Parts: sequence; structure tokens; C-alpha cells
Amino acid sequence: MRLLLDVFSVVAIVAGAVFYLAGTVGLLRFPDAYTRLHALTKADNLGLVLVVIGLLPQVNGVLAGLKLVLVWLLVMLSSAAVSQLIARSARRQETRP
Amino acid sequence: MTTIASGVVVLLLLWLALWTVVARDAFLAVAGFVVYGLLLALVWVRLAGIDVALTEAAIGGGLTGALLLGAVGRLRGTEAATAAEGAGAGTRALAALLALGVTGALVLGVLMLPEPAPTLAPLAVPALPATGVGNPITGVLLAFRALDTLLEAIVLVIALIGVWSFAPDRAWGGRPGPLYRADPQGILAYLARVLPPLGIVIGIYLFWAGADHPGGKFQSATILAAMWMLVQMAGLADTPRTDNRALRFGIVIGPLVFIAVGVLGLFTAGAFLGYPEGWAKPLILVIEVALLPTLAIVLALLMNGPPARPWASAGAPGAGPLPGRHAIASRDRPTRSSDEGGT
Amino acid sequence: MADFLQSAGAFVVLMVALGLVRVARGPGRADRMMAAQLLGSGAVGALLLFGAASGESAVFDVALTLALLSAFASIAFVKFALRQDQPLDDEEDAT
Repeated sequence: MRLLLDVFSVVAIVAGAVFYLAGTVGLLRFPDAYTRLHALTKADNLGLVLVVIGLLPQVNGVLAGLKLVLVWLLVMLSSAAVSQLIARSARRQETRP
Repeated sequence: MTTIASGVVVLLLLWLALWTVVARDAFLAVAGFVVYGLLLALVWVRLAGIDVALTEAAIGGGLTGALLLGAVGRLRGTEAATAAEGAGAGTRALAALLALGVTGALVLGVLMLPEPAPTLAPLAVPALPATGVGNPITGVLLAFRALDTLLEAIVLVIALIGVWSFAPDRAWGGRPGPLYRADPQGILAYLARVLPPLGIVIGIYLFWAGADHPGGKFQSATILAAMWMLVQMAGLADTPRTDNRALRFGIVIGPLVFIAVGVLGLFTAGAFLGYPEGWAKPLILVIEVALLPTLAIVLALLMNGPPARPWASAGAPGAGPLPGRHAIASRDRPTRSSDEGGT
Repeated sequence: MADFLQSAGAFVVLMVALGLVRVARGPGRADRMMAAQLLGSGAVGALLLFGAASGESAVFDVALTLALLSAFASIAFVKFALRQDQPLDDEEDAT
């Protein structure tokens, strides 16, 4: 059982790391601010989700697990909203002389 | 992999610091500074200084960033003039020399510390159970060096008075900062309705956990102040009136209670800020509970800046002579005494 | 397991460091504002991994604080950038 949980954790965290890599590559290579914002927000957040899912079997105690979930929800909420704000600000920069 | 990452982070921090200093635009410099602070929090965790990491993330990341952005905003009018002046090559060389000299001295000082480095930790740790708290940092801050903490709290209040003293005469007692407006159906308003309750819960939890785990009133107060600023930035609440009595009461309650506990200690334990046997934990709790609103309010007001709008006007400039408290009968006077300010 | 978690955390930190290159280079304000976002999701992930590796759940508190305050910092940046484009006495914005 322990081995199964460990394998699950490793797989999830490696997948999360791959998404972090994808997000960073996107951040570096995409042509303009909006696409970079996509790469950053979506890919990095997905990486975080997978890392959180992978870490849940590894922590001891319900409180620690709850904290993990809370971190994930917080980052997801704030990323989604802030990325919209940044995109609109970028749009406004463009349309102003 | 870990050593590679540590090396990369160290190089990154040095490069970031340099980048922040040479950035052309003030906004860039502040962005670099905020990133530097948040990254430093990561480094502190790696160095096993979790309390410090919490404080660095809270203050170095969020609070100082907002403070500096406010300052850059105020300097907007003088940016052209400052860019025109510039410092001569001689001044720059001197400044660089000075900075390098201080850095070198610090590096030498750290490297030449005797092994083992002189420390009072072996004396403090056995005495910790007598204070009733499990977190050694809280024990040091509120029991062994309580006087330092008291003076720090008073310094913060004095700093706030100093900031307020920049207010023009007609705005004294008024509201600081501009009146932020945002679409009440928009995203910022949505965030400012959803995040602060979460932030308040996390802040109070950090405050409570500070007794036995990393945390404490300072980090908690910073989070609460940031949440209040968020509500203001979204236009859901106006900045508080600085002559509001409840606000001023909240500002002084921390140091007052602290001093009262100290004087009590004179009679019960024979020394200022001494705790009688067995009463350490409750007294520490009383001090912390009193300091929390003070710190949160002071930090938020420091971010707001000096009063700029006379309270007789709701944002419109030039509203007339010094407002008298009893004079205008038709005022509606919303009281903003709670930390979040209400929506 | 702890070693693997440490390495994974170190890898995520490397990704954050690479991402910061874009923040430094990127033309335009929006790229700079993404810095706080990058740290908000990247450094938080690394902190969670380090915390699980060392078994200290206090590190998760640091991650919580970091997440909250990087969101706050991002919002402060956006608000500031908006005010920069407008005259001081008109604080209208429609976000």
C-alpha cells in the first residue's frame, strides 16, 4: 500500500514538474504578453495542482493535507483573477499613445 | 540537483539585486525588489529560518512592494527633473566603492566568526519552558527581550505620526490616499470580496500558531493589513478618516497594554516587564492580542500615506477651512473601526 | 522519497529562475507584472515540495503566506500601472 502511494506521488509530481517546465518554456518563447500570460497561469497552475495531489499521500496529519488543498485553491483563485487584470492592463497600455 | 538549484538561486539573487539597483525605471526597480523579497523567503526556508521566511514573504514581498509603489506614484511629478540631474561619474564611483566596501566587510565579518559562533542560545533554550510558549522566537521576542518588542511597537506608532505630519494643514484628520474606484461587478471587486475573509482566517491562524510554531503577531498583522489594503484598492471601502477615535484607539492600544503589563510586572515580579511565576503565558497572550490590532492598523496606514483629502469633502479637492468636529451637522460619519473596514 | 521531493523542489526553483529571465527582458509592463505571478505559483510549489521533504508542516504556512502576498503584490502592480496612465484626479478604471 505504501509503495503504491509512493509510486502515485512520484508520477504525479513528475507530471507536475513537466508542466512547470512547459510553462517556463512558454514564458520564454511565446511572442507576446498575452500568450505568455496563458503559459504562466495555466501551465504553472496545472503543475501546482499535480504537485499538491502528489503530496497529499506524503504528509502526516489532516491539517497538513488541508493546508495543501487551501494553498491550491488560493493560488488557483488568485491566478485566474490576477491574470485577467494583467491582461486588461496590458491591453490598455497598447491602446494608449 | 539541490546544489545546482542552490547555486542558481544565489546567483539569481545577486543578479536581481544588481538589476534592481541599475534599473532605469522606478517601476522596474520596485518589481525587482518585490521578486527579490519573495525569492529570499524561499532561501530562508532552505536555511531553516521559517519565522524569518514568513516575515520576509509578508513584509519584503507584499507590504514593502505596495509601500514603494505608492512612493513611486508620488514621485511621478519629479521623475523628469530627477532624470535630468543624474549623478556624476565621480559620485557613482564613490557610491560603488562604498557599497562594495561594506559588502566586503560584512563577508569578512561572517567568515571570520569564531567556531562555534558566540551565541546565547544554550542559555535561552533551557529557560524557554518557564515562559510557557513552545516557539523559541516568540519566547525571545515576548519574554526575554520584551523591552525590544515594546520599543519597536512604539517606533512604529511614531513612524506613523511622522508620516501623518506630511499632511497639508487643511487635510489634517482627513482621509489618506486617493479614492480608488473599480467596477463593482468587476474582477478586482470580486477578488476583494473573496480573498480578505480567507486572508483574515489565515492571519488569525498564524497569530494563534505563533505560540508553539512559526508565526506570530507580526506576520499575522501584515496579512491583515494587506487584506484591508486590498479592500481599499478595489474601492469597496474608503481609506479611514485619520481623526476617527476608534482608529486612534486601535493604534495606541498595543503599546499601552504592553506598558501596563510592564508596570504590573514591577509590582508582581520585581522588574519592569517581569512575569510572575506561572503567569507568563496568559500575560504574553494579552500583550499579543493587544498588539495585533495596533500593528495591523499601523502597517495599513503606513501604506496609505499621509492624509490628503479633508474629510469634509468626499474626494473633491479644496473643501474649505480646517474641519471642526462639531461644526457641520449634516455630515454622515461612517465609523470604520474594524480591520477590514466593512464593504 | 525525501530526496526525490528535494530534487523536485530544486527543479521547480530552477524553472522559476528561468522564468525570471523573461521578466527581466520582456518589453512592456505586463511582463514585469508577471513576476509576482510566477513566484506565486512557482515558488509556492517549490516550498510545498521542500516542506513535504523535511516533514515540517510550518513550511506550508510560508507557502500560504507567499501565495496570499504575491497575489496582493500583483494587484498592487496592476493598480499602480493603471494609475500611471491617468491624471491624478480621475481614478476611474473599469476592471
